[in-house]
Amino acid sequence: MTLSLRGKHEHLAQRARIIQRIRAFFIESAFLEVETPQRIPLNAPEANIAPIHSGNWQLQTSPEMAMKRLLAAGYSNIFQICHCWRDEERGRKHLPEFTMLEWYRSHCDYNQLMTDCENLFRDLVPQQQITYQGLKIHLDTTFERLTVDEAFNRYTDYTPLQAIAEDRFDELITFSIEPQLGLERPTILYEYPAELASLARRKPGQLEVAERFELYIAGLELSNAFSELTDPIEQRIRFSNEVACMPLKSTDPHRLPEPFLADLENMPPAAGIALGVDRLIMLLTDSHRIEQVVAFPPEDL
Amino acid sequence: MYSCSDLKKGVKILLDGEPHVIVGFDFTKPGKGQALYKCKLRNMVTGSLFDRTYRSGESFEPASLVESDMQFLYQDDNGYVFMDQKNYEQIVLTEDVLGDDKYFLVDNMEVKVLMFGERGIGLTLPIFVNLRVTISDPWVKGDTATGNNKPATVETGYTLQVPAFVDEGTLIQIDTRTGDYVTRVKE
Repeated sequence: MTLSLRGKHEHLAQRARIIQRIRAFFIESAFLEVETPQRIPLNAPEANIAPIHSGNWQLQTSPEMAMKRLLAAGYSNIFQICHCWRDEERGRKHLPEFTMLEWYRSHCDYNQLMTDCENLFRDLVPQQQITYQGLKIHLDTTFERLTVDEAFNRYTDYTPLQAIAEDRFDELITFSIEPQLGLERPTILYEYPAELASLARRKPGQLEVAERFELYIAGLELSNAFSELTDPIEQRIRFSNEVACMPLKSTDPHRLPEPFLADLENMPPAAGIALGVDRLIMLLTDSHRIEQVVAFPPEDL
Repeated sequence: MYSCSDLKKGVKILLDGEPHVIVGFDFTKPGKGQALYKCKLRNMVTGSLFDRTYRSGESFEPASLVESDMQFLYQDDNGYVFMDQKNYEQIVLTEDVLGDDKYFLVDNMEVKVLMFGERGIGLTLPIFVNLRVTISDPWVKGDTATGNNKPATVETGYTLQVPAFVDEGTLIQIDTRTGDYVTRVKE
């Protein structure tokens, strides 16, 4: 199922059109396109994301911290399409260097981002229907909203907390839940256990869950969104917890992204989302593997 | 030792003391979650296929396998006897290990035997082998069902399709990868 570089022409042409359309959508929605450095002193510590080093600095695993510093400085609706790097991630749906779309809105929570997702997909797919690997997914109805709790109840014999206690959460999400999501219409999986969302705000009145959601279409995980945590003290504690879970070689335990933590003081309530552009293009070009939608996967270099 | 990042198709690892080869592999990772390495494995001794999922942090012992040049000596009640060309030690491979390869063994044939420790677990044959036809009925003209081919059995008991002009007693060449007739051998 490998495509030659020449054979990818149609996919790459569609890729360019999709990215142009995404950009147009956000500009028309009064977002400011921003660019932030891709090589940075330190990424936000995350237990399961390994950065790629570049000299004493790192390649960004996400533009999240720089985007939030812009929010703190008063920029309100911003988006960016950029490359991100995550070490040792290579599979059917993963490239170690990939293209990310992130957008942020201040003075709102993640519910607005769910609506943004609906509007973005309806804009990208005028016929309101996606055919992916034989599945027909309808975009003209409201996207399904499913809590993590409901999903575990529906597709597994565990509650999310039992799954975390037995260290089976990721396995169950990946092999038992994901393949069932977004098969007829897109699914928004939301309200994650708070311990699984280092940068998200806890839900007011229900502190055991975080205001985090993921968008799934045809079993593909496309994006991850939060109501942003804006409390620098809690953020520092959460970063320290993540650092404690990281493999030793990947970080200096005493370094935290201090300029980001300092700016968080000034950050207004906000919500932000990251969407994997390569996966979006897989979906819209009916491609089974991610290397079909980029010119050069790493093994071809 | 291998870590998860070494896993890919073709890598051989030791599980429960037996060599396994990875025949299917995918890396997957839920958002913000742990990396999961899904492998389809084949037990190189029994041939059985199964799926296993590993997570980052796990480690694996490589299965060390050696291919030795050997000569086929003879078959007896214990199985098929081969001799190592270097140290002249003899080993026996069972019919189960050989599978259909047993039909292409000729006395004194030089082969490669895949060794796992002291145990022979696989065989690489020469690509072409010459075998004599022992049974083949004359071709009946007008038998269009099989075209111009007819069945023939060779000295090892293997049956294949040969062209109509191949008679009993003819030496023919067979491709051991496909088991198909290649040509008549001039004697």
